[in-house]
Amino acid sequence: MKASPAYRLFRVVALTVVVLSLIAPLLWMIAASFKTNVDIYDTGKALVFSPTLDNYANVLKQSHYAQFIGNSLWVAFAATVLSLILGVPAAYSMSRFSMKKSALVVLMARVIPGVSLLVPWYYVFSNLQMVGGFTVLILSHMFVSLPLIVYIMMGFFDGLPEELEEAALVDGLTHIGAFRRITLPLSVPGIATAGILSFIFSWNNFMFALVLSGANTKTLPVAIFDFVGYASIDWGGLMAAATVVTLPIMVIALFVQKYVVSGLTAGATKG
Amino acid sequence: MATVTNPRRAPGGAGVMPDTPGWARWANDHRKWLFATPAMAFVAALIVIPLGWTVWLSLTDAEGSVRAESEFIGFRNYLDVLSDTDRFWPAVGRTASFTLVALAFEVVLGMAVALLLWRPFKGQKWVRVAILMPLVATPVAVGMMWRLIFDPNIGLANQVLGWVGIGPQPWLAGQHSALPTTIFIDVWQWTPMVVLILLAGLTSLSEEPQEAARIDGASTWQRFRHVTLPLLMPTVIVAILLRGIDALKTFDILYATKGKGGGSFHEVETLNVYAYGLSFDYNEYGVSSTVLILFFLIIIGSMWALTARRKEAKR
Repeated sequence: MKASPAYRLFRVVALTVVVLSLIAPLLWMIAASFKTNVDIYDTGKALVFSPTLDNYANVLKQSHYAQFIGNSLWVAFAATVLSLILGVPAAYSMSRFSMKKSALVVLMARVIPGVSLLVPWYYVFSNLQMVGGFTVLILSHMFVSLPLIVYIMMGFFDGLPEELEEAALVDGLTHIGAFRRITLPLSVPGIATAGILSFIFSWNNFMFALVLSGANTKTLPVAIFDFVGYASIDWGGLMAAATVVTLPIMVIALFVQKYVVSGLTAGATKG
Repeated sequence: MATVTNPRRAPGGAGVMPDTPGWARWANDHRKWLFATPAMAFVAALIVIPLGWTVWLSLTDAEGSVRAESEFIGFRNYLDVLSDTDRFWPAVGRTASFTLVALAFEVVLGMAVALLLWRPFKGQKWVRVAILMPLVATPVAVGMMWRLIFDPNIGLANQVLGWVGIGPQPWLAGQHSALPTTIFIDVWQWTPMVVLILLAGLTSLSEEPQEAARIDGASTWQRFRHVTLPLLMPTVIVAILLRGIDALKTFDILYATKGKGGGSFHEVETLNVYAYGLSFDYNEYGVSSTVLILFFLIIIGSMWALTARRKEAKR
């Protein structure tokens, strides 16, 4: 059935409002990152201003952001790869052998408040003098990545017909061989989805790094706070820093939109 | 999920089984646990055991240095926390109102937008891109962005209000307006999540009940109320479940907009923010563990109630 012209007009108006209210604040942030602090304070120069790159120069040069970008990349990358190595085979077993209880234990991690693990972690790792190092940070981010990956991959393996593996067994492959040569190659889209989601969530994670990172291992979401002083805020620098953190992830999400959406909605519509 | 058309044949597959070495055969027979154990060991070491430790800490008077001795004090922390009307119960109240109000807006708005996007139209792709952006944006950066927009003196929000003749509002700086403002930020960032989940649910609905209702002369509203909504209910509950758990645990935007302790009057101090402050600003590990255990019970309780509702809705 064709939508009526009145409904179509309503839809255009309503969705324009939706899109504007979602995008305008982000554009405002990006615009402010190109303004001097004088221009930010001058409400008359909200839209018309002479753009400057000073904030970015400040963020990248004086505030060691290059290092923090590197830290964030390394932690998100390592946590994602390690979680994939642990999570993909586990999800396969849980899906094929319907290990409901084990799956439930892993998925509980999505429910537990992060702080309740941070306290004991902090106890153990500060006694081992590991707080401030990359190892702890990567382990803590795996707490976010691993359950996410197991959850997404379990859904993926559930949808992968078992007959393919059985055919491979008939052809003389072992079970593990069938997993390696048949199942894994067919799972690349699922692994991509899980990996991308895990990377985004690790990149965006703030609380673990707030407690467990040190001056040299700080990740970007923690480094943002360098621009918030007790007395005053360097708004230009803060918005440039916020843009540096969030723009890359938004651009990546644009290119792999399909995977991000399927990862975020994984399991939402099945039994 | 994936549709498979042309499975790759394994090269040189025939006859592998007889001459495989013993360890490989052992691995093959025990693959179930071989695959699952590393992940389960990680989960046990970093999640189950620490959680047990948190339970233990909640029964001790641990505080100060992590090397300090602590003593078992039974349920005294629980009595103290549960009788604390100064910080604990207000934090419970804020957590509940933050979660319930944010969820209500997110589900209603999310449903409206998902219905608008349900049927294909030109330009739908761009709307979907816009919807994805807040969702992947770093929450701390989002908090900072709104902090500028809601700044009482230089923020865009008061400027816009000025154009329509409304006086400036304190927003995040006000003692009573801070929590609603953070709820607004949460709604801005996470309504898209609900949209995506509900859209996935709508797309998977079969067309026949819709057609049947249309032939029976049901109006658009009647079709939504009596056909679409009941069929979509299990997905709605999943959306509430996923979003609700995360809303209960909100930390990043609260910390980014109001700092430690949820602001100088604890205006946005939810249970998570309170427990964090107790642990890492005041080093009251015993008390904070108690708060966390109680918080955890609240989360499990609400999840359990919702899952029960979902089973009902599926019937």
